[in-house]
Amino acid sequence: MAETAAKLPEIRFGRRPESYVHWKLEFQGDVARLRMAVQEDRGLNPDTVLKLNSYDLGVDLELADAVQRIRFEHPEVRCLVVTSVTPRIFCAGANIPMLASSGHAFKVNFCKFTNETRLYLEDLSAASGVRTLCAVNGTASGGGYELALACDWIMLPEDGNTAVSFPEVPLLGVLPGTGGLTRLVDKRKVRRDLADVFSSLAEGVKGRRAVEWRLVDEVVPSSQFQAAVERRARILADESAQATPLRAAPGVPLPDLACERDDARDDGGATTFRWAHVTMKVLRGERRAEIEVRAPESVPSSLDEIRAQAAGWWALRCFRELDEALLQLRFNFLDVGLVLVRTKGEAAQVIATDELLQEHAGDWFVGEVRHQIRRVLKRLDVTARSLFAVIEPGSCFAGTLFELVLASDRTYMLDHPDEANHVQLSEMNGGAYPMANGLSRLDTHFLGEPEKAREALSVNEPVDAATAMKMGLVTFAPDDIDWEDELRLAVEERSSLSPDALTGMEANLRFAGPETMETKIFGRLSAWQNWIFQRPNAVGERGALTSYGKPQRPEFDWRRT
Amino acid sequence: MSVADLSGRIPNNVNLKDDKRLLRALESWQPKYIDWWMEMGPDGFQADQIYLRTAISVDRDGWAQFGHVKMPEYRWGIFLADREDGRKIPCGDHYGKDAWQDVPGEHRNALRRMIVTQGDTEPASVEQQRRLGQTAPSLYDLRNLFQVNVEEGRHLWAMVYLLHSYFGRDGREEAEDLLVRRSGNADKPRILTTFNDPCEDWLSFFMFTTFTDRDGKFQLHALAESGFDPLSRTCRFMLTEESHHMFVGETGIQRVVKRCAEVMNKVGPEPDRVRAEGAIDLPTIQKYLNMWYTSSLDLFGGEKSSNAASYFAEGLKGRFMESKYDDHVCVDGHYDMTVVQDDRLVQEQIPLRIAMNEILRDGYVSDCENTVERWNKVLEREGREERLYLPNRRFNRRVGEYANIRFDPQGNLISEHEWTSKRDQWLPTTADFAYVKSLMHPVVEPGKIASWIAPPQKGINNQPFEFEYVRK
Repeated sequence: MAETAAKLPEIRFGRRPESYVHWKLEFQGDVARLRMAVQEDRGLNPDTVLKLNSYDLGVDLELADAVQRIRFEHPEVRCLVVTSVTPRIFCAGANIPMLASSGHAFKVNFCKFTNETRLYLEDLSAASGVRTLCAVNGTASGGGYELALACDWIMLPEDGNTAVSFPEVPLLGVLPGTGGLTRLVDKRKVRRDLADVFSSLAEGVKGRRAVEWRLVDEVVPSSQFQAAVERRARILADESAQATPLRAAPGVPLPDLACERDDARDDGGATTFRWAHVTMKVLRGERRAEIEVRAPESVPSSLDEIRAQAAGWWALRCFRELDEALLQLRFNFLDVGLVLVRTKGEAAQVIATDELLQEHAGDWFVGEVRHQIRRVLKRLDVTARSLFAVIEPGSCFAGTLFELVLASDRTYMLDHPDEANHVQLSEMNGGAYPMANGLSRLDTHFLGEPEKAREALSVNEPVDAATAMKMGLVTFAPDDIDWEDELRLAVEERSSLSPDALTGMEANLRFAGPETMETKIFGRLSAWQNWIFQRPNAVGERGALTSYGKPQRPEFDWRRT
Repeated sequence: MSVADLSGRIPNNVNLKDDKRLLRALESWQPKYIDWWMEMGPDGFQADQIYLRTAISVDRDGWAQFGHVKMPEYRWGIFLADREDGRKIPCGDHYGKDAWQDVPGEHRNALRRMIVTQGDTEPASVEQQRRLGQTAPSLYDLRNLFQVNVEEGRHLWAMVYLLHSYFGRDGREEAEDLLVRRSGNADKPRILTTFNDPCEDWLSFFMFTTFTDRDGKFQLHALAESGFDPLSRTCRFMLTEESHHMFVGETGIQRVVKRCAEVMNKVGPEPDRVRAEGAIDLPTIQKYLNMWYTSSLDLFGGEKSSNAASYFAEGLKGRFMESKYDDHVCVDGHYDMTVVQDDRLVQEQIPLRIAMNEILRDGYVSDCENTVERWNKVLEREGREERLYLPNRRFNRRVGEYANIRFDPQGNLISEHEWTSKRDQWLPTTADFAYVKSLMHPVVEPGKIASWIAPPQKGINNQPFEFEYVRK
């Protein structure tokens, strides 16, 4: 099966509301409205027709961008209404021909990204207090209903027709791929037997029953639907205003991220992306990428200065850049298996930034920057590539940037006799950036030795390689004689292992500790969905996904596994 | 041959009295149906005696018994065509296996959906037509309207019988919902758009019964080829009634055309002069034809349809006259379809099963062509040169490949500008509707008829036109 990402023009990630193709974003006082209006013939792949408000990655990139912009550019917003422009059609979910014609790696990465976007919607409410209302003004099937599930409040017109549904199992032989099943029972606490009925009923559930089964929060006669949505948006906005402090305008505009790109001519060569604070070099022939994150050169001295720097503030810009680097890797470089993460610059500047992040945490903008860093780090956590942190003299793995060490599968720290090489923790490592499991990376790292986490946090100064090794903060600390060989061998060994086994192994090991809805969603995605998408029953010649929209019926291998 | 039981509250030929559970379910639905009929059935004529035919069995003599009856007392019954021994699944992947006498579990939801969608159209059309009685051009036409209405009601009964018998609690709930939805009501609309469009004048009614009921004919034919035998048998009997509805529509328009031709022969063809005589001018007839024909084309669904493919593959729905085809599996064949690509019309080969809606529509289009041909015979007989025509199937569509793309009635791609400038020549304008509406006055004296329509060639059941088809 051809890889979509390979045959398509390279996917670009920056989006701006002025040039949204598939959504309309409007603001009215403290209520934002995001209305879906998918343009059938403007999918990323020109051959795909995005019928019935079905989405591809391009549609979801705009959605993710909109959620991000509401947080930064419109702090006055207290309620977001998600709905559709198209009469009688809310959203038909992910475009099936697009999925069926995509390679496995693209499919899983697509699902992962859409999951992240749904989680961003939930985070918008949980972390920023912007309540979300989904006005399901027409058929919502599959991913369409999953989009609704990511909102706080779901409204459905009661017209005898409009239903919410998960037709994946009965029609496509796959699963709702965007956390839908987990959200049904875990978030909305739909009874599991009813969830079972719902998820095997292609036409879905409508009207009063949808409320009784907890699938939606409210049904309203069609003629009163718009008015009821407005009323509910008002209630949610007022609730939000009472629960969270005022977030004063003006917002902080998010400009495009300037990026210089170099492509080596030969096929096995390197592609280098250079942003202001992040550089990513992709060595295609070696299936490896090297990411370098640089410390700020200067640090603002006050909140006013932070606000003056706005989106140019290192803490925001650097992590926006890292985010884009991760998306580049995921969608445009599917066969890169190993990422070496390095940092460069003055650790003291990072620590000084951490102090600002800590001191002004109550300011909405600084708060949003912290949330943004947390989300990017989580995106790193669920990026299915081996991550090795490489700590060398001149690096600045301190405080917030030490999270990169903690997020890595392994760390190599050069124990140099002559050159200083340090790592350093700050208060920001103590819980400012919880992982999907709800714990800090440090607590997850030391799950069995909590005293070591406390000890590490109490050391308020740089620690060298030997000490870091002793404290359990790094995996290996070779000296300068062994360093190059050790690193080379580790890279070569890692690059030789089965990519599937590594993805599975890493995903198992990264999320020790408690389960949350989020860990379940990603866990089940990488296990069950990943597996079902591979099976002949879905993607074989007569698999259900392959057969969808084709004249022949699916044929199943009936053996249960 | 099945034995009809006419003694119980619900006349039937399905041994209802031996199936207490089903009988109870239907008897509890019956009062709700009557409530619906009183609320949404023909407005203002419920107490009158109407000369109606009633089905009392499915054999040749039994399904058309005539007599004066009050509509609410009409004997709505459940009649299925007789069971054919050894009937096989006529198409799809299960072709040639025994037809299902019960609903196969894996097809339960799809079948229920199909039956509900079909069933929903029956009460919908009664609702659409409920005020027409007040402006009927003659007692003969009034009676025909009510005949169509009560039979649509009986078709609802037929679908409800299937829902109650074979689909358990869900089926009973769907049966209730069929009485809750209302044509044109924004809060509880009927399922298909066309059945929410108003049908407010008799020209529309005749167009509706010609074109929209003809869609019903083709859908029923396709369902008559279902591997689910009870559905097949139900639809086969419904077809006998449906043909009368199309007769009402086709002869209705025939008479409107005849009257128009007579007036043109008298005063010339200019629409204004025709209108001055109280008749409907040919361009207006053509515009109504264009509107109702194209909206009925939409009812067949998308030209390329994976739903249609899976219904065929599963043996739930076949083609019109499935037995006349050689290949009943249709895995390999293709259908040449005209599609729009980069603002041009091109031919595309579509897998046969995906094109099932279009194949059914093909039969419909050719049936409609014959109808228009017969209308043109009237013009010819009256010595007129003018002709009506059937617009191209791409014209004015709201569903499928051609939806929201502008075509002229010949099927050529045109610009939005051209569409805007010519639309009023092709489709009825507000003024046309107003004119037609201005003609709608009741004529209730036996033997009299309105100015815009010719009397029928003969009456119902060999009665004369002057017969008192409706008695106060």
